[in-house]
Amino acid sequence: MSKVRVATTSLAGCFGCHMSFLDMDERIVGLLEHVEFSRSPINDIKHCEPCDIGLVEGALCNADNVHVLKEFRENCKILIAVGACAINGGVPAMRNHFSLQECLEEAFLDEIGVDNPHIPDDVEIPLLLAKVHPLHEVVKVDYYLPGCPPPADAFVKILTDLLEGKEPSLPKEMLHYD
Amino acid sequence: MPSLYQHNHSEHLLHVLFEEQQKSLHISETAISSIANSLNLPRSQVESVVEFYSFFHRQPRGRFDILFSNCTCCGDLSLMKRLCDRLNVEADKTRADGLVSIGQTSCIGMCDHDASMLINGVTITSLSTKIIDRMAELIESETSLSLWPGSWFQVGNNIRKEGLLLSEFFEPGSALKAMAERSHDDIIEEITASGLKGRGGAGFATGMKWRFCRDAAADTRYVICNADEGEPGTFKDRILLNSHADTLFEGMTICARSIGATRGYLYLRGEYRYMLENLESTLQQRRESGLLGNNILDQGFDFDIAIVVGAGAYICGEESALIESIEEKAGIPRIRPPFPVTQGLWGQPTVVNNVETLVAAAGIVLHGHHWFETAGTWQSKGSKLISVSGDCGRPGIYEYVFGITVQEILDDAGAENVQAVQIGGPAGRLIAADHFSHRIAFEDLATGGSFMIFDESRDLLEIIHNFSSFFAHESCGFCTPCRVGTTLLKNGMDKVCSGHATAHDLDELSRTAALVSRRSHCGLGMTAPNAIRDGLKYFPDCFEKRLLHKEMEPEFNLDASLEEARQLTRRDDAEAHL
Repeated sequence: MSKVRVATTSLAGCFGCHMSFLDMDERIVGLLEHVEFSRSPINDIKHCEPCDIGLVEGALCNADNVHVLKEFRENCKILIAVGACAINGGVPAMRNHFSLQECLEEAFLDEIGVDNPHIPDDVEIPLLLAKVHPLHEVVKVDYYLPGCPPPADAFVKILTDLLEGKEPSLPKEMLHYD
Repeated sequence: MPSLYQHNHSEHLLHVLFEEQQKSLHISETAISSIANSLNLPRSQVESVVEFYSFFHRQPRGRFDILFSNCTCCGDLSLMKRLCDRLNVEADKTRADGLVSIGQTSCIGMCDHDASMLINGVTITSLSTKIIDRMAELIESETSLSLWPGSWFQVGNNIRKEGLLLSEFFEPGSALKAMAERSHDDIIEEITASGLKGRGGAGFATGMKWRFCRDAAADTRYVICNADEGEPGTFKDRILLNSHADTLFEGMTICARSIGATRGYLYLRGEYRYMLENLESTLQQRRESGLLGNNILDQGFDFDIAIVVGAGAYICGEESALIESIEEKAGIPRIRPPFPVTQGLWGQPTVVNNVETLVAAAGIVLHGHHWFETAGTWQSKGSKLISVSGDCGRPGIYEYVFGITVQEILDDAGAENVQAVQIGGPAGRLIAADHFSHRIAFEDLATGGSFMIFDESRDLLEIIHNFSSFFAHESCGFCTPCRVGTTLLKNGMDKVCSGHATAHDLDELSRTAALVSRRSHCGLGMTAPNAIRDGLKYFPDCFEKRLLHKEMEPEFNLDASLEEARQLTRRDDAEAHL
């Protein structure tokens, strides 16, 4: 039987969810008997091929994030929003209290010690969205894996459930953070 | 224990704040401190009350402060826009010279009078473009309200059909005399035997409520009349308060004697302030005739009634929120149980009854339970006042015995080409033509009295959208399912109405609706999604014809979201667009 293909990416996030994913330690060996990775920062594959499961960390803060998310949605049968930023906007969305102009002026013009003050306009740099958005406001999200970051056990549980063909369900302990 | 009776009546926090709002056009920081000091209340309590009630403002309003009803039946926001244009003022922003401010408010209970508004707290009905244009001139010349055409302020009764309650000529004191020789048990028994159930909508057996209160161990008990008639489309209590106030106060007095209360409160919605003077004078006449006060009609019991006027909060119609409001707090519903019958006002056993319930109770004591019990169906005794509004030739108050069908009411009201009827207000049920043979009764279609008719010309989606905005605005914010959920439902309806929704959004809407119904703390949240759920169930075509046929559509315009960055970087290359 062919392996289940999984892709992962981090948009406006801190890669903390990916680090937590790797915290499953040696259990990843068992997991790899059933899954193989397509695009992921773990293997540095740059584009997503048709996959079974996509795990997306981070919120949407720029045009590139939107392109990547759409690529995932088009290629993944099941899309999972991973972590606080993907689900609610999280820390990146704290800039939503200010206008984009205020943010950029603070960072590139007014901040103490800024050398050659100007707002970067290189075409290589993706443009920022006026506000940061969670994933479900732009594409359909199938499942949500909450936490900041979600614990490694929660990654194991949601993937195991899906591999077993079950509707994913996280026990209360995995949703309890203090 | 503070109470209206221990200090002057005008010293109730809501009344003091109302006076301050009238005088200074807002409630300033200094005013909050000095009011807290003079009433001996924590500053935080005064502040939370100012924030909670929509008729109090932290920023100055205009000397003419206007609120247009945004109800589907007594609201017309095109008239609001016209007045804004005429006076060169933006909605919700006080004009720079401080002359005028214009905003919206939820239904003001004038659905039988077409478009209506409140100006400095006073009601003006039957607005037209002509009146709006004249009004703009009067405001611009700063003409005092007392010199405005008196006809504008007329509020008619519009009684179209009288039954048990409305046809009654009531001699003040007659019901009290009828109960002179009877014990309190006997009176409660009479009410129980009549089968009277609460008329506010929930339909709890009145006799049982009085009995529970009587049996609760306590020294002090209270009677409260709930006249916070806020359900959009309901105006039957307005008519009873206007022309049957004596019967109502007599019903309260009977209840007081039955349960052993010496104090009662009438909680009047702020939108009905224009009736306050008449109600106070009726109370005064009753005191002078020995029908209120000490040793009433020499029957050896004391009772008096005070009126508390609300300040624009739909949630205060919920009985425990109403009690909080009388206790000079924000109207946030309490956790129940304990129910008010055991721990209500100031923690004492309290009966809270609707206006219509208390009017009926007076009639039952006067005429005996047969008078009431013989009318209606086996589970719904007596008559019900229905407030008919919307698309019909004869809007107004209709009193029917229970068991009348929706179609019969539509025929009486002269309604044609009816698409849907909203029964019981936005919190009630939206029904389609194939349900018009159903009956108004607790066991079939229960209603607090609102009956809004929508004909084929109406866009039902806009109506449901209006209702979802209403609940998002009126949620008290205490519990998350309702505070967040009602806003999510409104956002969902925004998306559907603007033509950007997909089948996925309808699934989300119905999932959120189920969650809000199931998880909310009080009846507001539990019923807030009703119109959306009924709409999706009975009028799916209305939703589906507005959908974009795609799997999923972003919540916002992606390319527009890059516009600010494009301007800041002066870029317009291919990568600068989505």
